[in-house]
Amino acid sequence: MKRKRKMTPAMKKAWIKFWVMMALALVFVSFALFAGVIAPYDPLECHYTDMLKAPCREYIFGTDQLGRDIFSRILHGGKSSLLIAFAVTGIVSAVGILVGTAAGFSGGIFDSILMRISDMLMAFPGSIFTIALVSFIGVGLPNLILAMSLTGWTFYARISRSLVLSVKNNVYIEQARLGGASNGRILLHYIIPNVIPSLLVNIFQDIGGKLLTIAGLSLLGLGSPPPTPEWGFMLSEGKNYMYGAPWMLIFPGLVILISVVIFNLLGDSIQDLMNPKENVW
Amino acid sequence: MQNKEILLEVSHVNKEFPVKKQRLRAVSDVSFTLSRGELLGIVGESGCGKSTLAKMIVGSLPVSSGAMTLNGVDYTALKGKEKRLFRRNIQMVFQDPLSSFSPRMKIGTYLAEPRRNYDHIPKEQALDEAEELLEQVGLPRDFVMRYPHELSGGQLQRVAVARAIAIHPELLLCDEATGALDVSIQNQIAKLLVDLVEERNIGCIFIGHDLALVRSVSQRIAIMYMGKIVELVESEHLEAMCRHPYTIALIHSIFDVYCKQDEEVQLLQGEPPSPLKVQEGCPFAPRCGRCTQKCREAVPELRELEEGHLAACFHLE
Repeated sequence: MKRKRKMTPAMKKAWIKFWVMMALALVFVSFALFAGVIAPYDPLECHYTDMLKAPCREYIFGTDQLGRDIFSRILHGGKSSLLIAFAVTGIVSAVGILVGTAAGFSGGIFDSILMRISDMLMAFPGSIFTIALVSFIGVGLPNLILAMSLTGWTFYARISRSLVLSVKNNVYIEQARLGGASNGRILLHYIIPNVIPSLLVNIFQDIGGKLLTIAGLSLLGLGSPPPTPEWGFMLSEGKNYMYGAPWMLIFPGLVILISVVIFNLLGDSIQDLMNPKENVW
Repeated sequence: MQNKEILLEVSHVNKEFPVKKQRLRAVSDVSFTLSRGELLGIVGESGCGKSTLAKMIVGSLPVSSGAMTLNGVDYTALKGKEKRLFRRNIQMVFQDPLSSFSPRMKIGTYLAEPRRNYDHIPKEQALDEAEELLEQVGLPRDFVMRYPHELSGGQLQRVAVARAIAIHPELLLCDEATGALDVSIQNQIAKLLVDLVEERNIGCIFIGHDLALVRSVSQRIAIMYMGKIVELVESEHLEAMCRHPYTIALIHSIFDVYCKQDEEVQLLQGEPPSPLKVQEGCPFAPRCGRCTQKCREAVPELRELEEGHLAACFHLE
C-alpha cells in the first residue's frame, strides 16, 4: 500500500473492543447456525424418563416437563430468534434510511407526504400493532417479520431525515456542487457517510431490542407455533414450573439477556470506531 | 486596464429576498468588469451584500435581475447539467475552512473530487494529482491521507485553494477566505492567491471586511454599502484618490501598529439602515456628514470621476 495511515493507541483500543464484541456476536450466531451439529439431542425428542431433570452431566441445562434437553432447545431456538431479528432490523433500517434520506434531501411535497405516512404509523403503539397484526394474519415466521417491519421503519426514517437535514445545509455540500458533484454523488459521497455512522450504532443496538421483542411475542404465544423451540416460549413454559424446576426459566432468560447485551455493546463499539475525531481509522 | 481582455462582466445585478411579505434588497444594481489576470477586492461591512454577490457570481444563488457574462457568455440562465458543467469555470474558497470540508472525507479524496467529476479521470491518477496540488500550495504530500480535523485552519484553507484550482477555473472567488485565520496566516494565503493569479492569468475576486488586507492584494477595490458599489478605485491610489464619504470613513477606521495613541479615532456614527425599509435617496445619507436635501431624495449613480475611478456621490461632481 502506497498510502497508509498510522494507528494511534485510541484507534487500536477501539478496534480491539470492536473485534472482541464482533467475535462474541459471531460465536452466538454460529451457535445458532450450527445448532444441528452442536446440540447433543433433538430439540423435539422427549425423554419421558428424564422429565424436569436438574442440570447434570447428561443434560447440562437440565430438561423440561416433557424431558426435552433445554440446551439443545436453546441452540435451536436461537436460529429463528436471530433470523427474525436480523431480517427485521435489515428490512426496517434499509427502508427507513432510504425513505428518510430521500425525504430529507429532496424536501418539498415528497418530504411532507412521506413524513405524514410515517406519522400515521407512529401514532399506533408499535407492539400492540404487531400483536394485532400477527393475530389477524396468523402466526408464523414470515408474518412475524412483516408485522414487526411495518411499524419499525418509521423510527429510522425520522432519524435519518433529521440527520440529512442537519448535513444538507453545510458549506461542504455547496463546495461539492462547485466541484461538479451531481445530486446522486452528493448523496452517496457527502451525505450518507456523514449520516450512516450515527445510524449504524442504532442498527446494531436495535438487533438486541428486536431479540427482546421477539422473546416477548413468543412468550405471548405469537411466535412460531408450539413444538418449535423458541426462547420466549420456553420462558412461558418454564414459568409454570418456576419453583420446582427454575432452570427452565433461568437458562433461556440468561441467553436472552446475554444476546441483547452483546448486540448493544457491539453497537457501542461501532460508535467509537466511527468517530473520525477520535483518530480511529 | 483597457487593453486587457475582459473576463467577467456583471451588469445591473439585483437580488431580493422575500421576508414576511416585505422584500429584502441584498444587492441592488451592481455592475463591474473584471479582466483576466486581475485581482479585484470587494470590501464592505457585514450584511452589505458581499457574500450574496459572491454566491450569485458562482451560480449557487439565482439573480433576481441583471446579467453576468464570463468570456462573453451569459450564464445566469443555465440550468441542470449545463449549469453543473459550467461551474468548473468559476470556483470559490469559503470563509470557514473547517465547515467547508466533509469531516469524513480524506484530504486526498476531497482534492481528487473535482477532477473525477468533471474529467472522469481514474482515482489513482486523481490522487497523484492531489499530491502535486498539495505541493503547489506548500503542503506535504502525505496530507492526502489525513482527515480535515487533523489540519490547522491555514492548512485547510490552502487545501481549499488547491481544490479550487485543480480544474483550472478562469475565475476564483474568495469569500472572506482569510476571515477565520490568524493575521500571520492571512498573509500567506493572500500571497498564495496573488501568485496564483499571476501564474495562471486567471481572474480573482477577493472579498473581505479588512480594508488593509484586501487593498494589499488587489489591483482595484470596490467598496460596497447596503448592496451597492459606492466606489471603485485602484488600490494603489486608494488613500490619495478615494473621495466617497463612506470610503474615507472606512480608511479612517483602519487600525495600524504604528497608529498614534493620542490621536482620536474617527468613528462612523450610527448603524446602517435596515435593508427591509424602502429608502429614498442615497443609502449612506443617514450617516453621512455631508448629507444635503438632494442626498435624501435621489439615489446617486455610480459615475466615472477619472479614468479607472468610479464613485456614487452627488458631492463629487
